[in-house]
Amino acid sequence: MSVQTHIPATAMPSRPAAGIHGTKMVARDVKVFYGAKQALKGINLEIQENRVMALIGPSGCGKSTFLRCLNRMNDTIENCRVEGLIALDGEDVYGKNIDAVQLRARVGMVFQKPNPFPKSIYDNIAYGPRIHGIASHRDEMDEIVQTSLQRAGLWNEVKDRLREPGTGLSGGQQQRLCIARAIAVSPEVILMDEPCSALDPIATAHIEELIDELRENYTIVIVTHNMQQAARVSQKTAFFHLGDMVECDDTEEIFTNPRDERTQGYITGRYG
Amino acid sequence: MSVAVTKSRYQSEEFSARLRRRYAAERRFRIAGMVAVGIASLMLVVLLGSIVSKGYTAFWQAQIRLEVTLDKQHVEERNYTAIVRQALYAQVPAATDRATRRSLNDLLSSGAPYELEAMVNANPSLVGTTQTVWVRADDEIDQFMKGFIRRDVPESERRLNDVKIAAIDALVANGSIRSTFNTTLFTAGDSREPEQAGILGAVVGSALTLVVTMLLSVPIGIAAAVYLEEFAPKNRWTDLIEVNINNLAAVPSIIFGLLGLAVFLGFFGLPRSAPLVGGLVMALMTLPVIIIASRVALKAVPPSIREAALGVGASPLQTVTHHVLPLALPGILTGTIIGMARALGETAPLLMIGMVAFIVDIPGGLTDSATAIPVQIYMWADSPERAFTERTSAAIMILLAFLILMNGLAVFLRKKFERRW
Repeated sequence: MSVQTHIPATAMPSRPAAGIHGTKMVARDVKVFYGAKQALKGINLEIQENRVMALIGPSGCGKSTFLRCLNRMNDTIENCRVEGLIALDGEDVYGKNIDAVQLRARVGMVFQKPNPFPKSIYDNIAYGPRIHGIASHRDEMDEIVQTSLQRAGLWNEVKDRLREPGTGLSGGQQQRLCIARAIAVSPEVILMDEPCSALDPIATAHIEELIDELRENYTIVIVTHNMQQAARVSQKTAFFHLGDMVECDDTEEIFTNPRDERTQGYITGRYG
Repeated sequence: MSVAVTKSRYQSEEFSARLRRRYAAERRFRIAGMVAVGIASLMLVVLLGSIVSKGYTAFWQAQIRLEVTLDKQHVEERNYTAIVRQALYAQVPAATDRATRRSLNDLLSSGAPYELEAMVNANPSLVGTTQTVWVRADDEIDQFMKGFIRRDVPESERRLNDVKIAAIDALVANGSIRSTFNTTLFTAGDSREPEQAGILGAVVGSALTLVVTMLLSVPIGIAAAVYLEEFAPKNRWTDLIEVNINNLAAVPSIIFGLLGLAVFLGFFGLPRSAPLVGGLVMALMTLPVIIIASRVALKAVPPSIREAALGVGASPLQTVTHHVLPLALPGILTGTIIGMARALGETAPLLMIGMVAFIVDIPGGLTDSATAIPVQIYMWADSPERAFTERTSAAIMILLAFLILMNGLAVFLRKKFERRW
């Protein structure tokens, strides 16, 4: 893993002093290589605070790759090389001041397939706070577990069986458990990689409502193949195509008045 | 309106014939499989059956009752042989001449006087009294009682002469010979006399060897597997290491014995025949097995668990110790126990480091001379006495019992800790 930050210092966005939706994360000319194969060809993107950014595009266009750059999950992939600059609150996430482990506590992630730990529901939520030393007492931990599950809209369904294994829940419940697990460590940004692709429409509606509520406290980046979903949950949408970021604008704008014809082709279902 | 009945191609005669051929092929395959399983089971039954049928008699041992008079003079001279013999002659009053009496001497185990001496030493108040004791019969008497030496064979070809058989008949007639559970087999070390030989020395030797093996190979093996699987970069060096580990698992065990001889005995000067060296050699031999099994178990943990842990900010080491390793543990334990079971049954490397020796004492430590169960089996199988034949089978049964126990433990642990995700 090598990172070349050949971006001049002036390109570093400073944190805006005012504004409801300041810039939370910035990507500048991000290129990703898997061995010799280039997956991203220079992505420029700004992610605003307390808003939902949807990444759409056909399979293999690099949405997930880009998402995984934001919390350095790509570090775990052999042969993966990231170039360019990704900043969180104006700080280079690949820089010396930020550690990958610390970064992932600040930028949480929810995966495509629900992946609860094969432990109890309680331990699933408590694991993150425990390793980061967030709770000092049992009571405090109970509190965190309850709040996280409440925020994920799962509390009422599981409050009587917190000691039962998380893997015993239904698919939709498992995914909400994973969201609760992500918010238990109080991240600033939550990355979601097609969180509803394995769920039925009712569970999907649940998660979408949840995303809308979570926006109040967190910045959310969501990858989705479902255009309606992107339209429903996001305020900003970025369209990716063959490793390029074609277009990024307000969601309404993208879906009603796309500037690029590739975007139009994709959202109208002509290809993708 | 009439509907033209057109047959689909899947209803044609040709297709039906094809379908029948498919089912026939499947049936043939099933039968072949069942035959294979049947043959394998039959062989296992024959093997186990022959071992058990030959060996079960070793768990019984003939004893002869003696009314010993522990007179003071003989005890002071420590002439227990004379005491035992007098008691025996008293049991067979028909034997009066010297020649007959001499052949009677062979009826008792040569260890009988020592048994008596031990009894008196433990309880000196017995001196001057007459006691009824049961002492082990000689192995040939034991074999005769079990029917392995036949009466109808001509005397010149029989291992017991007519005089002895007459004496045994006399003993049987007055109830002075009995068959008891052979505790000696479990409580004694090796001996040249079958009736005094036991497996305990070999069991203790094997246990000490396995302890050393386990203490070395388990932590090193698991640590190596975790590093190679979870942390090491995938490059030419790690590929080379992997190939070599796989090759080491296939290296004949005697080579490890030679290595142990050259390095541990030759270079480091460790003692010969010691469980310590045996354990070191066995550890080298089981390491590749444990590493390979552990790597397979680690590989089987779904990557989504690693991502989940990393995603909430666990460090790579926390990810491994909190999530990956616990999930891989059942597989690792199974591999480890199977590796240990292999080490328990291994003989060849022990040949090289001198653990094939006639050792009567039960080893008390890692550097004492010792032997192991499979080696004991080999040595008993090599002994000419008829009684060692059944003891060989008995020792095999004991070894098999340990192996079944260990494999059972592996299955139990796997079932207990196995989790689904």
